[in-house]
Amino acid sequence: MSANTAVADKYRNNFLKEIEEQVEMGDWVKMCMQCGVCSGSCPTNFQSAWEHPPQELFMMIRAGKREEVLTSTSMWNCTSCYNCIVRCPRKLPITHIMHGIAEYAHRIGMAPKMQPTRFFSGLFWKNATHTGRVNELKLSMGLYFKDGFVQGIKNGMAMQSVALGLVKAGRLNVMELFGGHKCKDQKKIHAMLAKAYEIERTRKAAKMAG
Amino acid sequence: MAKHEYAFYPGCSSQKGASASNYLTSVESMCKTLDVKLTEIPDWNCCGASIGYAEAGELPRHVLNARNFALSEKNLPGQEMVATCAACWLGARETRERLTHSDTLMADTREALKEAGLTINEMPEIRHMVEVLIEDLGFEEMARHVVRPLEGVKIAGYVGCQTNRPFGVAGESFENPAYLDKMVEMVGAESIPEYDMKVTCCGGALAFSEPEKAQAQIKDIVESAYDHGAEMIVTPCPLCQANVEIYQGQINQRYGTKFNIPVMYYSQLMVVAYGGDAKAAALNGQLIKARRLEEIAAKPVKR
Repeated sequence: MSANTAVADKYRNNFLKEIEEQVEMGDWVKMCMQCGVCSGSCPTNFQSAWEHPPQELFMMIRAGKREEVLTSTSMWNCTSCYNCIVRCPRKLPITHIMHGIAEYAHRIGMAPKMQPTRFFSGLFWKNATHTGRVNELKLSMGLYFKDGFVQGIKNGMAMQSVALGLVKAGRLNVMELFGGHKCKDQKKIHAMLAKAYEIERTRKAAKMAG
Repeated sequence: MAKHEYAFYPGCSSQKGASASNYLTSVESMCKTLDVKLTEIPDWNCCGASIGYAEAGELPRHVLNARNFALSEKNLPGQEMVATCAACWLGARETRERLTHSDTLMADTREALKEAGLTINEMPEIRHMVEVLIEDLGFEEMARHVVRPLEGVKIAGYVGCQTNRPFGVAGESFENPAYLDKMVEMVGAESIPEYDMKVTCCGGALAFSEPEKAQAQIKDIVESAYDHGAEMIVTPCPLCQANVEIYQGQINQRYGTKFNIPVMYYSQLMVVAYGGDAKAAALNGQLIKARRLEEIAAKPVKR
């Protein structure tokens, strides 16, 4: 049984409860009063980027539109500007709820596979935790080559002048490709994170069983 | 002994050869003048940034920040932790807040930290460099060291998002923070308090993953600076600096604009005003050269 079918089965007709128990800050969703300040405050909302702005997603959760919410590209448009958080009259931690829903959709395999920010988000975390510190060159390269080798070369060429400018200014080091900055205690960092994932999984599973 | 001492969390982008290495160089020069001692937290790690959310989950993200707290406490006990990067500061502060308010999260974090051979007893206070400047030193002390005022230079103060929200600098408004304008005035330059894009988002990580969306925002930020007669933009955030500076060429291609405006860090302005040369202010780290500042930095200092 896939991760998605397991949770869908368990929470059958109660998507709100699923979000409350499985999503970081998900228990705040029911507090939304549909005023729309978050949507009006979101910088990407003005470029018709959101399929569903935050307050709409919250209502859809309450209406049980599970498939539409979890497969939406909407949450992935968050730029983490925190404008919605500081303006929400009900003090919902909206930025964190957006990240939380996105993370959950990704975790159970429902998130849109080719959404570029979903891809970049995963890439960033792996890059940062691999050595303990971000390798900016490998991070950019990883993104350019997302859609294969030929597209990667094209993307790299399009970014050529920016990259050369950065190299000349001493803000991009080509040697980063062969190592680069890292933490000394990488092994223990990996062990520490593995433990954190294990604890988090156990806690979420307990909620599902309870 | 230095007047002020802190445990320093420079962050990934500040490292040698990384995108904000010019920020670090200028901060080091600035701190020397102000007698602020920054001791790097040994073996610090990435904060996870906001954009790591797809894989980070809740606990792993907090554990990552907690490792830095533990290292700070172990190696530099009693010192407050200072970050220069908005994302580092925000990530660390958020973790500190969550761990303070949840015993379960704290217990789980301690459990995971054992694997790294570390523990937390008392978490350090998390400060941004601008908080240190404004709150611990104050504008009067900062101004006292100005020997080469940036007279006649008009600068748009671009505060951006994460230095401003959700925590911000105490006493400042989220919608119209005034401290950066005050810092511009402090170095003897002309501020633009009515600059209406001062807290607009630069697109953050979307500048990498979905550049057309981020560049639409960057365009507004730069355009408004020009409309208000700015010669340069100043910011406290490494990602704001990079995004607003390095994509101007691509924006020009996309929109037919002719943007070419330097984007500086507050610390670079301060170093030049404090009598530092172009190297100390890391002016060579600009993609769009700040000619006006280079000229001022080459002038002799009135002592």
